[in-house]
Amino acid sequence: MQDKKTIVLGVIGSDCHAVGNKILDHALTESGFNVVNIGVMSPQEDFINAAIETDADVIMVSSLYGHGEIDCRGMKDKCLEAGLEDVLLYVGGNIVVGKQEWKDVKYRFNAMGFDRIYPPGTSLERAVEDLRADLYKDHRAAV
Amino acid sequence: MDAYLFIDFGSTFTKLTLVDAYEDNVIATEKSHTTVNNDVAEGYEKALRMLRKKVGKAFNIKKKLACSSAAGGLKIISIGLVPELTAEAAKRAALGAGAKVIKTYSFQLNHCEMEEVKNSDANIILLAGGTDGGNSKSIIHNAKMIAKHKISIPIVVGGNKSCTDEVKEIFGKDIEYYITENVMPKLNTINIDPAREIIRKIFMNNITHVPGMNEVEEKISQVIMPTPAAVLRATEVLSKGSLRESGLGDLAVVDIGGATTDIHSAAEGYPIKSSVLLKGLQEPFMKRTVEGDLGLRYSAKSLYEGSGSLLLKKYLNDKKYNLDEEIDKRYKNVDIVPENEDERYFDEAIAKVCVDISMERHVGKIESLYSPTGMIFYQEGKDLQNLSYLLGTGGVLVNSYNPKNILEVGLNKEENSMILKPRNSKFLLDKEYILSAMGLLSTIDEEKAVRMMKKYIVEI
Ligand code: B12
Repeated sequence: MQDKKTIVLGVIGSDCHAVGNKILDHALTESGFNVVNIGVMSPQEDFINAAIETDADVIMVSSLYGHGEIDCRGMKDKCLEAGLEDVLLYVGGNIVVGKQEWKDVKYRFNAMGFDRIYPPGTSLERAVEDLRADLYKDHRAAV
Repeated sequence: MDAYLFIDFGSTFTKLTLVDAYEDNVIATEKSHTTVNNDVAEGYEKALRMLRKKVGKAFNIKKKLACSSAAGGLKIISIGLVPELTAEAAKRAALGAGAKVIKTYSFQLNHCEMEEVKNSDANIILLAGGTDGGNSKSIIHNAKMIAKHKISIPIVVGGNKSCTDEVKEIFGKDIEYYITENVMPKLNTINIDPAREIIRKIFMNNITHVPGMNEVEEKISQVIMPTPAAVLRATEVLSKGSLRESGLGDLAVVDIGGATTDIHSAAEGYPIKSSVLLKGLQEPFMKRTVEGDLGLRYSAKSLYEGSGSLLLKKYLNDKKYNLDEEIDKRYKNVDIVPENEDERYFDEAIAKVCVDISMERHVGKIESLYSPTGMIFYQEGKDLQNLSYLLGTGGVLVNSYNPKNILEVGLNKEENSMILKPRNSKFLLDKEYILSAMGLLSTIDEEKAVRMMKKYIVEI
């Protein structure tokens, strides 16, 4: 396999749901990724600074408490200024309040610059598969 | 008698303010048209002759200092990467330097845009992009475009520090450039003072774009800053005070002119309620916004045709006017002064529109969102609801019988507004029109400037 890819992982905003974050950390590490876990209650800037310092390939944002949309707003712009234009942005958890039409939610997060957007109940295998596709087959060059 | 002479070269008038060097007194003020026979020097000489006559006795000028907004003032183009981030930070730096920002560009510029830049009448370009250690593509690309298009005006580089060497190499000897600190060194953190200072220095050394100014410069010490920078400086010292003289605290200045309405605020503007979260780019303590579509003369037209037409009718209070005619008259003859009550009333109605809209644009806003925990509130921009003072300057306010009436429009009267305009400010008036002179004075004697402003700026 190629060299290890680095993922910055964390829970954004004032969100303190810690269990999923631990599970993700464990599962991604087991799958062969270098995981930089910045933990819960992390502002956008912490994700971005960690990605700069560790030369990360992906920023993986969790949001469980329903404020995901406002917490994620403007993140892609900041990534651009920070020189992270090629770093992939993933987001998952319970990213919006209550039950909303997934298609719309996905569209809104896409427009905000996120590359992959996961609904509640996504299996971790699915995320790992996507990561491999995006990172190892030079998938992005074709986008 | 020893005195300081302060000169303000305006687009229409050159104003002189003679200040006693020892007592905190304005000895006299005088003004004359800026250009007489197409010459700034002659306008200045004329005003000085009139001033001497007015004073009546001999005085010795210990020091002369000038500011200028002649020939359209200092014009800057700002370039950044993301519109809300480095492009906005660059724009704020330029405004803080007292410039008129003629356009702000973002991302990587194309040839069309570069042509626009080249054909503009800008005096300086402020080039930003990327946080320190961050994005380098954009600023390098834009520097290359500037070099390729052989832009001949000074370039102030305030972007990603990691690109400095490369930018220097790209510009080489063909481009006049000045490297300064990044306007946004870290995400959401602004750092506009170093860029501001460099811009002021360039302005001071290159103010040759005004015909006749070179000659004047030999007669007076130096034109040290653009007029809006002098007003901003005066606002700052009046708010903060000096070592021995206390300041007034949070303060905003409303400056209604013919072409623009400027608001200068000296306030942190943090949220009043602890439950409100702050978002967006950090606000500078000294913030200046300029509304190029709001003014009493040249911009009366854009005000009327744009956002202000409904408000204008509201502030005219059903009084009958031929609106098109009144507006056109002002747009075409920017020098006219109201000659009767009706004209004055109309001017004051325009002034109210200027105050209303420019304050609304200057202050921050609150946005509410539903969340699992109930409503949450986000603030973007400054909260000026608790602002202590609103200070008015400019001819229309100074000459009004009821300037308070005009300034009052700047306050928020609605109970639950999401717009963070001041609510209970007291009103002050720059009755003697000395703010810019006091900004200049503060560069030689800050204590005196604060004392004199507290003496000459009156509560209304
Ligand atoms: C335990 C819990 C809490 C605990 C958290 C303790 C702790 N420090 O961890 C406490 C009591 C503190 C709490 C508080 C709150 N909670 Co709570 N909480 C839960 C609960 C019951 C379980 C969360 C959990 O640990 N799940 C187990 C882990 C393994 O799953 P997970 O977190 O979802 O993460 C997995 C996936 O989502 C996914 N995933 C997550 N991120 C990402 C990212 C990517 C890229 C991918 C691919 C996948 C992925 O992978 C993870 C691992 O499998 C859930 C309900 C539920 N059953 O999910 C509510 C829930 C998350 N909480 C909720 C709410 C509303 C709150 C509060 C706002 C309640 C309040 N009114 O105060 C507060 C918020 C506090 C805060 N500031 O964060 C709501 C969120 C509603 C929404 N989004 O619309 C939920 C869904 C309950 C509900 N149905 O209403 N909560």
